[in-house]
Amino acid sequence: MSVVETQKAGLEGQLSGRRLPRWSTPALAGGALIVGLIVQLTGWTVVGLAPGVIAAVVFLLGQAIASLAIEGRRHSKDRIATTLIYATFVVALTPLLWILITVLVKGLSVFDWTFFTSTMRNVSPRQPGGGILHAFLGTLEQVGIATLVSVPIGLLAAIYLVEFGKGRLKFWISFFVDVMTGVPSIVAGLFIYTALILTGVLQQSGFAAALALCILMIPVVIRSSEEMLKIVPNDLREAALALGVPKWKVILRIVVPTAISGLITGAMLAVARVAGETAPLLLTTFLAQDINLNAFNGSQTSLPTFIWDQISRGTSSSVNRAWGAALALILFVLIIYAAARILAARFAPKSR
Amino acid sequence: MSKQIDINDLNIYYGNFLAVEGVNLTVRANSVMSFIGPSGCGKSTVLRCINRMHEVVPGARAEGAVRLDGENIYGPNVDPVLVRRTIGMVFQRPNPFPTMSIYDNVVAGLRLEKTKGDKRNLDEVVESSLRGANLWEEVKDRLKKPGASLSGGQQQRLCIARAIAVEPKVLLMDEPCSALDPISTLAIEDLIRELRERYTIIIVTHNMQQASRVSDMTAFFNLAAVGKPGKLIEVGPTQQIFTNPQEKQTEDYISGRFG
Repeated sequence: MSVVETQKAGLEGQLSGRRLPRWSTPALAGGALIVGLIVQLTGWTVVGLAPGVIAAVVFLLGQAIASLAIEGRRHSKDRIATTLIYATFVVALTPLLWILITVLVKGLSVFDWTFFTSTMRNVSPRQPGGGILHAFLGTLEQVGIATLVSVPIGLLAAIYLVEFGKGRLKFWISFFVDVMTGVPSIVAGLFIYTALILTGVLQQSGFAAALALCILMIPVVIRSSEEMLKIVPNDLREAALALGVPKWKVILRIVVPTAISGLITGAMLAVARVAGETAPLLLTTFLAQDINLNAFNGSQTSLPTFIWDQISRGTSSSVNRAWGAALALILFVLIIYAAARILAARFAPKSR
Repeated sequence: MSKQIDINDLNIYYGNFLAVEGVNLTVRANSVMSFIGPSGCGKSTVLRCINRMHEVVPGARAEGAVRLDGENIYGPNVDPVLVRRTIGMVFQRPNPFPTMSIYDNVVAGLRLEKTKGDKRNLDEVVESSLRGANLWEEVKDRLKKPGASLSGGQQQRLCIARAIAVEPKVLLMDEPCSALDPISTLAIEDLIRELRERYTIIIVTHNMQQASRVSDMTAFFNLAAVGKPGKLIEVGPTQQIFTNPQEKQTEDYISGRFG
């Protein structure tokens, strides 16, 4: 053996350690599953834990002990942390998938052409059939008006906060935006109800509902726009100013275009956030069984209030309609989200 | 047509903190002046005062006079926007506008300020500015590509093209090569020697070889201690500053001995 080879061998001895074989992870997982199965079949359990939880604990401890014995403390800790992180991911994802699958299965059963093209006019709760057209149009109008009002206000406020604001005024605006972000949605509805409807300024209408949604939307738009404008590098502002460009043009032509994809995403997420609101709408516009395209006159149904209405009727056909409307609402939000991603990608600064 | 710059008794503040004290300096037209000195001595701050970019930082202000061919840019009715159109600036890190193509980057200053650009043909401006920045041959076939698609050195030359497209009289450069490799640095230095024909140039640099290669005059700034204001220690012909400095501080700095 030459000198070089001896050194190499010695080096390997110092830098590599014993590792658990690759098959150990599936083997341990299989063992843990068998333990869980035994618990399930025999009914024997520890302090009332579910078989799945026991299996997970067995896997975690088994792997940690095996790793500690063979690989050492650091690898053992690494494996514990890895397992816990994957486990929390599964725990977080489970309810989400569960909801989606439930809504999909129950909602698809009522999806047909008439469900999207008809209303609840002359359809009694016990009858099957009827549709969500009126509710869908109501949601479009209310969310559309809320967006048209909120996005400009929110964007301008964010521009003020990032580009101009200083001192006390900035602090207090920022503070109240934070407070408004936490306002429960029913409070927004109650506010419009007492301030505008009870005083006779507005009647119950889609517009009143849209105003309530604005209260919820504006702080979300401000926060997201502010974050997006903040990450525009200061270098760009300075480069434009140094060219002799006035500040308002720097903001309009350099800062906003650079941040545009983030601004669009933020606005769309705010839309998705309010599209599912129910409580403020019940207070401000209540319900209707037919199409009411006039947002300034009379009650208007939207998808969330439609769901609430159908569930409260309690018959099997109305509950089915509620599931269908829930699926339609999820799809609506999904389409908005997808549209936001596509738009954002289109406008994003490109590097090649 | 370049112009002469005279700085008189310039004091520069960040809030209440006096950052630079009592600068008096003259930069002749069509010459290159370099500012050297240790980090934090205020050379970039002085540079940013020459086109009123200093006051963009919240709380920052300057006292004293900076004269451009005799006209004080800190005079009462002076519009900082007009000052910046006359005195261009290139920054330490290349900062092309990410939403714009190479072409649009070059004409950004003209497009965003229509008053001047209307009559001139933008295509000509793009070609002459990119030629002026020694970038034309490299990018003439891909002017519609995003500015961010260029290499760092090319981006910096794009920024120089953008700065000269608005036809300033003076060009300020704040460590323009510190983020670049030696080859790109060489390209920029060659460019500075050419631009000297048409502009008055002030360049901040940490690289003393660079200062001696490109500049006619050199100004050395220093600060007594951290928290004390920076001062202009010595200014003179570059040759003299590097071979026969009058001040001990200057000699210590250029020979690598501090304190």
